[in-house]
Formats: sequence, C-alpha cells, structure tokens
Amino acid sequence: MLQDKDRIFTNIYGVHDWGLEGAKKRGQWSGTKDIIARGRDWIIDQVKASGLRGRGGAGFPTGLKWSFMPKESDGRPSYLVVNADESEPGTCKDREIMRHDPHHLVEGCLIAGFAMNAHTAFIYVRGEFIRERQNLQAAIDQAYDAGLLGKNNVHGWDFDIVVHHGAGAYICGEESALLESLEGKKGQPRLKPPFPAAVGLYGCPTTVNNVESIAAVPTILRRGADWFSSLGKPGNAGTKLFCISGHVERPCTVEEEMGIPLRELLEKHCGGVRGGWDNLLAVIPGGSSVPCVPANMCDDLGMDFDSLKAVKSGLGTAAVIVMDKSTDIIKAIARLSYFYKHESCGQCTPCREGTGWMWRVMERMVRGEAEKREIDMLIEVSTQIEGHTICALGDAAAWPVQGLVRHFRHVIEARIDEYTARATREGSVMEAAE
Amino acid sequence: MSVRRLYNDQPESFAFTPENEAWAEKRVALYPEDRKQSAVIPLLMRAQEQDGWLTRAAIEAIARRLEMPVIRVLEVATFYTQFQLAPVGSKAHIQVCGTTPCMLRGSEDILRVCRTRIAERAHELSADGAFSWEEVECLGACVNAPMVQVGADTYEDLTVESFEAVLDAFDRGETPTPGPQVDRQFAAPEGGATTLTEPALYDGSAPARWEETRAKKAAEAEKAKASEEAKKADKEKPAPPAPPAAEGKGSTGKTAAEGKGTAGKTAAEGKGPDGKTEDGKTADMEAALAKLPADASNEDKANAVGTRPEGLDAPRGEADDLKRIRGIGKVNEGKLNDLGIFHFDQIAAWDEAQIRWVGTYLAFPGRIEREDWVGQAGTLAEGGATEFSKRVDAGDVPSSQE
Repeated sequence: MLQDKDRIFTNIYGVHDWGLEGAKKRGQWSGTKDIIARGRDWIIDQVKASGLRGRGGAGFPTGLKWSFMPKESDGRPSYLVVNADESEPGTCKDREIMRHDPHHLVEGCLIAGFAMNAHTAFIYVRGEFIRERQNLQAAIDQAYDAGLLGKNNVHGWDFDIVVHHGAGAYICGEESALLESLEGKKGQPRLKPPFPAAVGLYGCPTTVNNVESIAAVPTILRRGADWFSSLGKPGNAGTKLFCISGHVERPCTVEEEMGIPLRELLEKHCGGVRGGWDNLLAVIPGGSSVPCVPANMCDDLGMDFDSLKAVKSGLGTAAVIVMDKSTDIIKAIARLSYFYKHESCGQCTPCREGTGWMWRVMERMVRGEAEKREIDMLIEVSTQIEGHTICALGDAAAWPVQGLVRHFRHVIEARIDEYTARATREGSVMEAAE
Repeated sequence: MSVRRLYNDQPESFAFTPENEAWAEKRVALYPEDRKQSAVIPLLMRAQEQDGWLTRAAIEAIARRLEMPVIRVLEVATFYTQFQLAPVGSKAHIQVCGTTPCMLRGSEDILRVCRTRIAERAHELSADGAFSWEEVECLGACVNAPMVQVGADTYEDLTVESFEAVLDAFDRGETPTPGPQVDRQFAAPEGGATTLTEPALYDGSAPARWEETRAKKAAEAEKAKASEEAKKADKEKPAPPAPPAAEGKGSTGKTAAEGKGTAGKTAAEGKGPDGKTEDGKTADMEAALAKLPADASNEDKANAVGTRPEGLDAPRGEADDLKRIRGIGKVNEGKLNDLGIFHFDQIAAWDEAQIRWVGTYLAFPGRIEREDWVGQAGTLAEGGATEFSKRVDAGDVPSSQE
C-alpha cells in the first residue's frame, strides 16, 4: 500500500487548515522560486520524465502537452486554462482539492503557466461547486497578498489567476467547449484542428489541463521526477485520487498508487463490496463514460490506464462505481443514457438524435418491452454515433451501452423473455422516435 | 439536450443592487478589454442569485451591458441548466442528484419524498410557495451519495429520514448544517480515514525531509559510483582468503548434501564475499565496505557494518550443538565458538546490527537472515526442533556430524 509520506494531497479530508499557512506547513510553496529559476525546459523535461499522464480521463502525457505550446510569442499571449468542470458521473476528486487543498492547484498554475510562457491562468470551475470556488478564490487571494502571485511577485514571473465558472453543462468539460463557454457562448465543442495549443482561448495559444494534473506538478518537481515515476507501474506512473462510490460498505475518496488491484482498493479503504466480494456484479472503473467490467474479470484487475484498456474499459477519471448483485444493471446503464441525452450539446446530429434514441430503447429494455433483435440494432446505432461527432460525448454515450450488451446480454434477453411471457397485448410495440 | 423556455409571467424590469453593480464592474474587468462577453455566465448567475430566478429583463439588461445581441445571451441562459428560468421555492429549491452513483445509493427514495412533500412535478412550486425541486445530473459528490444541493450548499449521505429533517429545518426558516448528514469527515470513509494518519505530514517537517531524501539520493549515487570503482580495484588484487568459501570448496559433497533444499542457493553463496544478495541492506553495506581498504580483514569489514555480539568466555556447562541450525556447519560452528557463541539462546538474541556483523565476519552477508538462524535458534533454545535439526539428530546430515 502507498505510504502516507508518498501521498501528494495530504488534506483531502479537510481535517487541517486549507489556507496558506496550513499549506506551507504541509510543504507547499517551498522552493517554488528555485523551481522557476531552473527554467522552462527543465520543468517540462521533469514533468515528462515523471511519467505524469493527464488526470482528466484521456491520460495524455502532461509534459508532452505542455511542449506543444509555442516557445516564442508571435504577439499573442499564451493562456493556461484549468479544467475544473468536474462533472463525469462518479468523479469527485477535484472537489476535494479545491475546497480542502487549493494551494496545490494555485502553485501548480504558476509553475505550469511559467513553463508554457503564460502570464494568465483561467480556472473554469463547474457552476455547482460554489463553496469549492469560494475556497479556491480565497486561496488565490492569500497568495496575492503574500506576494506569491500578481505583478512583481517574489517568483519573478508576473502571473494572474482568474477563477471563472460554468452553469451546469457537462459538455463544458470538453476542452474546446470549455473555451467556448469561457468566451461567453454556449458550450459547443470546436472542430479540431486547429488545436488549442495553436488557436485556443480568444484565438491565442492555450493549454487545458485537469485540476489534479496541475495540482500534482509542484510536488513532483520538489520531490523529483524519479520519486513520482518510482510509484505505480511503467507507463502508468505515480499516485491518483480514486473516488469509490456505489455499493461498497464505506464509499470514499482516497489517494493510491496507480495500478493498485481493484479488490485491494475496495477492501482496504471502503470496507469491501457490500455483502462481500462474491456479491459483486460489475464495476464501472473510470466514470460513467467507460464500459462496465463484470465481476468475473475483476479478481486481478489493476487500476491503471493500460490494465483497464486490456479489458476494453478505461481508467478515465478513476471514479469507481461499484454495483453489487442487487443492482438492476440495465436500469443503471439506462440512467447513464438519460444523462448523455440530457447533456448532449445538440450540435452534431448523430449525438443529439442518437443519445435520445438510445435512451428510449434502453428504457424499454429495462422493462423488457423490446425484441431481441433490437439489441443488435442498439449496438449498430451506437456505432453510428461513436466516432461520428465533433467531440467524444457521442463515444462516451455509446460505450456504456456497448459494455452492457457485451457483458450482460443474457440479462437483457431474460428480461425480454419475462416480459413477453406475461404480455397481454398482441405483438410488441417498437417505439423509438419522438 | 434539454429544451428550455422562458417563464410566461415576467417582471417589467431588472437592475442590479448597488452592491452587485460594483461586483459586476469588477468581474467584467477581469477579462481582456474586448472580451467582455466572457463575463456573461457570472453576471447571469449573480442576477439569478439576486432575484431567485432568471428573468427576461435580466437577460436583456445583461445583453446591453456586455454589448451582446440579446439572442446570444438567451442562448446561454437556455443552454446552461443551472439557470432557473421560472420562479423557485422561496425557502428552498431542492436539486436532487439522480445520476447512477446516487441512484445506486437511494436517490429514487429522495425523489419520492420530493414528489409527495413538495410537488408532483419538478419545477412546480409547493402549495405554500416555499419549496420547489428538480432532478439534476451528477453534482460531483458521488462518494457522499445520495445528495441534494440547496443554493450554495450540499447535503450529503442522505436517508429519507435525514432528508426530511433537512426539509423541516428549511421549513422552519433555518439553514441546516451542510455536508454529510452522517458522522463522517467529508469524503473520508465513514468510521475514520484509512490514510493520512501520519502526524509527520502536518508538523511542518515535510519540506526538510524531502530535501534530505534528495540529498541522500545524490550521496547514494555518489557512493554507488565509488563502490563500483572500489570493486574494480578489488578485482585487480587477489581476493583475501575467505574461510567459509573454503568450507564450501573443501567439502563440496557435504555442502550439496547439507542443502538438499537449498542447493541452488548454496552454490550461489559459494561465490563468497562478492556474492550479492537480494537483501536491500546490501547496498548500504557495500557502500560502507567500499570505504575500507581493499585488504581489510573480515573483522574490520564486520565492524564497519554492524556490532559484534557479546560472547562468553566459556560455555555455560555443555555447549549446544550449533550444527543443528541449518546453515551452520563444522567450520562456522568453530568460528562462532571462537567468538564466544556457544548456545542457541545467544544466537536467538541477535539484533539486526549483530546479524550484519556476524554475516560479514563469516563472509556470508544476508545468509543469516535468509536461513533465519535467529528463528531456528529460538526454537531450539526452547527445546523445540526444526525440520533440519530432526534430520541432524537422525544422522541424515553428514556436514553436521562430528
């Protein structure tokens, strides 16, 4: 098990002072000036060497992302944008960083901003995180007052942080939709290319990073890239905040080593699956967008990007949704289908129409009021959505349904059989269109 | 996508309070000069906080203020679902998270309470106008499911009873205590955190410790380099004669017989002092040994890495047969006797430093731990027997015979 001394986020439970004094006591803001003095290239090299992969879901190497930013300005400013629009069902890790340990993020913004030649960072916090936003703003104000941020600060790199917020749209977690929203528009994703590193916020070079990625950087640089890369597994380095929700005895958020076996994670920190390990039905290991993994594949499942990819799922945001055998798995996934229908931005037809269609079919399948050939039709339609939209929301809506059919087709079929056995009216009604 | 329309009964006008006006001024100034539009969501939100819901008049006023076409602001107001386009309950508007993680832990029961106690349908006011509710999508507090948000605060880990209690408090005009409604520290597991219990994380010593670790790492790298060089120099000189190695050589047949189960290991150990073990301490020890001159005696080496166990001048009565310990043959027994070690209880009492000393002295570093001499000796001292001692007693182990 990861030892306490190797944990980055030491106040996620809000036991200690989240303010500047408390943060300094826990080691934040120590030697920041030295880090900056070592220069942009050193910072980017260290972040690359640490093996840090983006914590927002896609797992793109953070250092590499930073290196896409232009080294010299062509007259346009560069921007750092922090994605704090934490809305992926199951995920509640950035919340703890922002309300209980915000200085990690504030310091990270300064260092990351310096590394990408930016003098301004925008932190886009989801609208519902009001208390979190207040704490974050207070932490930033403390840093300004202490001369750690702002013009002519002690670090010798002028830097401003603006906390912006959304108003309840999941899609704004997609980076280009986030930029649109930040510009005061509807959050509808942009076509890429051009990528944000070339044309981002206000048409300027921009890097969008997840809160956890940015907040981990100062500690990594202080303790050394080799320290971080020595934790976890090769290609899946470091520690990660895991949010375990659903049917465990004691749901919680906890920082653990990447690659920790699922079973160990649940039994060490959450008191195990409700009713024992044998009562497990399935887990969604990385937030609502990744396909579920049935219990028989969970025994030796490692919680990292590559291990989960090998079982056709993903680490995503490391939000583990546990479902025991009392779960109506069709209903659980149908609720996610409703979520995606609700959150589709409406820009691309396959997603706008397809998410609603899938949800309506799923609702009938919950009742069993369907025909078995519709299962294949559902899969076929889901593949018409997947990969045919500007952003990944279409994919994210398709995957949970595909995962359900892949692993629990027999449950859907049994439900249909049961329904048809007690059907009283003639034939079944196939209704999907509005 | 959700289809949302403005309310049918709209007020005539909207104006920010002077306080909010000043706030709005500052807010707009946070964005670049020609990018005032960026402030549209924060301003709309402030208008909603002021009036309880978002009116057409407010939308139009903000459009004028930010020099935006009204349709663009309307788009924003209808796109983002946090904007309430109709009046909400005067005491509380309950937003129930209904997405899967909350659903798994009982949000449907919470919604049922809303339907029976507030209004049959979402966004409808209760009979007294004090409450309204809606089901919202994931609010990002999944480990504290099920939960609701009221204004800026969240009420988490709800049951039907505790949710009713929250509603009762709002009904009385109070603001119930936000956060988990069970005995729990925010997102820590109920019953106490399983991590972050180390006091040293919070006493201000962390940065110094990291610095120390970094310095130590640098020094270790330096030492490893030095030891590497020392080894090279060592190889050029003839290796000092190592008695236990001689034991292995002199009685090959016996050694093989002794270590039926450990033949492989014994062979590997036959390499003598240079034989590396998987033991983690070896690196430290090697670093310490590297400082010594190449012709240092085994005793000098042992002194560099550990402490010599105290010996007896003579056995208390009759000496124990140390050869009953697996790993101790005739030669090692003789050497231990020379050190004043005659009894099992002496060996059983060795601490780590003493084990290192003896291991190095016998030129078998790591072997004592691996073969667990101390544990074996403990058993034998208490009059017990080990698998190996039984075989010795039965005369099956030639290397342990007199």
